[in-house]
Amino acid sequence: MSEKVEKKSVNVEDLYEEVSDWHINTGGIKIVAKRMAGRFRRLKWFGMTTWLVLFLGPYLRWNGSQAILLDLPNRQFNFFNVTIYPQDIWMLSLTLLFFAILLAAVTSIAGRVFCGYFCFQTVWTDVYTYIEGKFEGDTPQKAMKFNNAPWTVNKIVRKVSKHSLWLLIAVLTGISFVAWFTESHQLWHDLFHFEASLPAYLIIGAFTGGTYTFAGFMREQVCFWLCPYARLQGVMYDQDTILPSYDAERGEPRGRIKKGQHDDTKGSCVDCNVCVAVCPTGIDIRKGQQEGCITCGMCIDACDTIMEKTNQPKGLIRYASYKELHHNAAPLALYKRPRVIIYSLILMTALSGVVYGFMNLSPTEFKVVHERQPLFVQLSDGTIQNKYTVKLLNKTKQTIKLNFTIEGIEGATLHGLSEMIVEPGKVIPVTALVRVPEQYMTSDLTPILFKGSVESNDHISVRYKSMFMGPKK
Amino acid sequence: MADKKNNPGQVEDTGHEWDGIRELNNPCPRWWLNSLYLSGLLVIAYFILYPSLPLVNDSTKGLLGWTMINEYKEDLAKVEAIRAPFEEKLASMSVEQILADQEMLNYAIGSSKVLFGDNCAACHGTGGAPAAGSGYPNLTDDDWLYGGKPDEIMISIAAGRQGMMTAHKDILKPEEVDQLVQFVVDSSNGVATEAGKALYMAKGCFACHGADAKGVKAMGSANLTDKIWRFSGDPEQIRHTILHGVNHVSDPLTRVAVMPTWSEKLAIMLQVRADAIADGDDPNEIDWADELDGTEAERLTETEIKKLTVYVHQFGGGQ
Repeated sequence: MSEKVEKKSVNVEDLYEEVSDWHINTGGIKIVAKRMAGRFRRLKWFGMTTWLVLFLGPYLRWNGSQAILLDLPNRQFNFFNVTIYPQDIWMLSLTLLFFAILLAAVTSIAGRVFCGYFCFQTVWTDVYTYIEGKFEGDTPQKAMKFNNAPWTVNKIVRKVSKHSLWLLIAVLTGISFVAWFTESHQLWHDLFHFEASLPAYLIIGAFTGGTYTFAGFMREQVCFWLCPYARLQGVMYDQDTILPSYDAERGEPRGRIKKGQHDDTKGSCVDCNVCVAVCPTGIDIRKGQQEGCITCGMCIDACDTIMEKTNQPKGLIRYASYKELHHNAAPLALYKRPRVIIYSLILMTALSGVVYGFMNLSPTEFKVVHERQPLFVQLSDGTIQNKYTVKLLNKTKQTIKLNFTIEGIEGATLHGLSEMIVEPGKVIPVTALVRVPEQYMTSDLTPILFKGSVESNDHISVRYKSMFMGPKK
Repeated sequence: MADKKNNPGQVEDTGHEWDGIRELNNPCPRWWLNSLYLSGLLVIAYFILYPSLPLVNDSTKGLLGWTMINEYKEDLAKVEAIRAPFEEKLASMSVEQILADQEMLNYAIGSSKVLFGDNCAACHGTGGAPAAGSGYPNLTDDDWLYGGKPDEIMISIAAGRQGMMTAHKDILKPEEVDQLVQFVVDSSNGVATEAGKALYMAKGCFACHGADAKGVKAMGSANLTDKIWRFSGDPEQIRHTILHGVNHVSDPLTRVAVMPTWSEKLAIMLQVRADAIADGDDPNEIDWADELDGTEAERLTETEIKKLTVYVHQFGGGQ
């Protein structure tokens, strides 16, 4: 009884004490991150340059045409002098598998490297906030002062300039994306003459709107509440994964110190809050690993600067594994970690599959389809006739002329398929008739081989095994 | 950075409390709420733009005037626009020209599949080969009662065909029937006897099936010397054919073999044209107003019959 009374008297506020400083930003607070120079800042700029490929790639030329063209209307992907048809699309699956597993492998080794240095959301946001900082002030204080100031011509000009630049980047993003799927020079021409196709305008419009909204306004909110990877990538961590972490053992108890002073009762952290000020998602890394951390390392740069100023060793915040921080143990060697081994095996398999695919791209796709109704026909002299639909896809860039023969049945003759001319990228179905005189019919089901050779090109030959059918014996 | 707003001690609650646990009234993310309101607005926009509210006999039309049947018709028009140049070209080509042009041949085959399925497959089978024992002619072999050249196939489709064989049950004696059945079986195997041949000639069978028993194209009589049977190669079935004939009106057991007329108009035109050529006249100078009175039945158009001719020709037996 007394126990029950005691339960009732539990103070509700105490229940929440542990989480009393939870900081959940649902878009109510606009993050203005301070920018500081450093190793990871340089690394981030370097990682961001990868995206120049998106903008410049479509203008690469090869043998007079676009080097990489994902030609959806014509159902073919052009990579330099290789053309990929839907029949070879399994290579795309392997490529996607490769990148998916690469993401998992990198995550298990060094955390959300993709988020921090390569993700389009964080990269575009970084560029957008850089522009915003140049026009409106690059610290929270300056930004607040600018935004609270009365509207003047100067403020209007700065606001308009910022949004114009944002929109320009957004439009260029949209056009660059579309340029991968259509002849890029023609696209620019069509855009300026308002002649581009409706889907092109719609996609450019969607990308412009998306980029402007996501990078300009939603920013870290996308990482917090929209992005599935943010939720998923944490699962791939283990105790050996290195992540930007605060060394609490060394830093605590934190506290401010006077210049030049040294206090033995306090840890290394001077509680300057610069690590929070530079964080693009506005989190406090000192509270430990959390979903809002995109592992960009900005806090490491910031903290190192402060450590230098206070004459302490760098690395209070550093890339460290859980084992290193809590058990003072070095992480396991890469080759001893099962995840790394399994991921590497899958990566190698996918990669060798793609390489094999590219090395063995067949110049043709050849199929012989046996007529199903009727399976066979008896002609007036007793000869058995089978009908086939022969389909040949020409994946080369030249028109090819083929001669066909059949093998496997004595006395069999081929009709209606002496030669075939196929233009590049075309597939032509042709009806072929095979006749076998009655006396040569030994079984109701006999294998038959269709062989085709290309005139003026000995390297291409096609074969297809089919069946010849007759009455039951 | 302690955030006072998110401190549970200071957040307002909904007034609900169970065992001392309060339900806090934390707001949803603003962008999330805005998307919810926006989707609500979209519903209203949808109701205004599209047919939405059912009325007693009708429904609201919506500003866009969209209907499902119109969308279907537009899509159909698009398909027909793609087909139009082929159809036009097809109309001006002869069957022989189509057969020689791979692209047009593929188009004709592709677009005839449904036509054949709707009009012909019920008797002749989906692939031109009827079910065994059904008694319908096989279109995939090289044996043609009325000829397998494009012109001949075309007139067969346009005018229809109806062969005729007299019932011999009252004409021949039973032993004569036995001998003739044996003769027909032997002919197919190439071992016909002199006696059989003599009876065949004596009973007048040659009048229709020809002196060489290979059939006469003009009458559509069957070739008795090849391996293909119009009805069946079974001796009992052969006897039935001889006794009861084909399309013999007064015999209820007679075999029925009727190919309907698919275009009276085209049949007349083909006949007039053929006659003109036979008489040495220019077929381009025929005055069709004299020949046709506009009442001729047309179950299929000329182009459709042309396509079907190509389709049947390419089954494998076309000549």
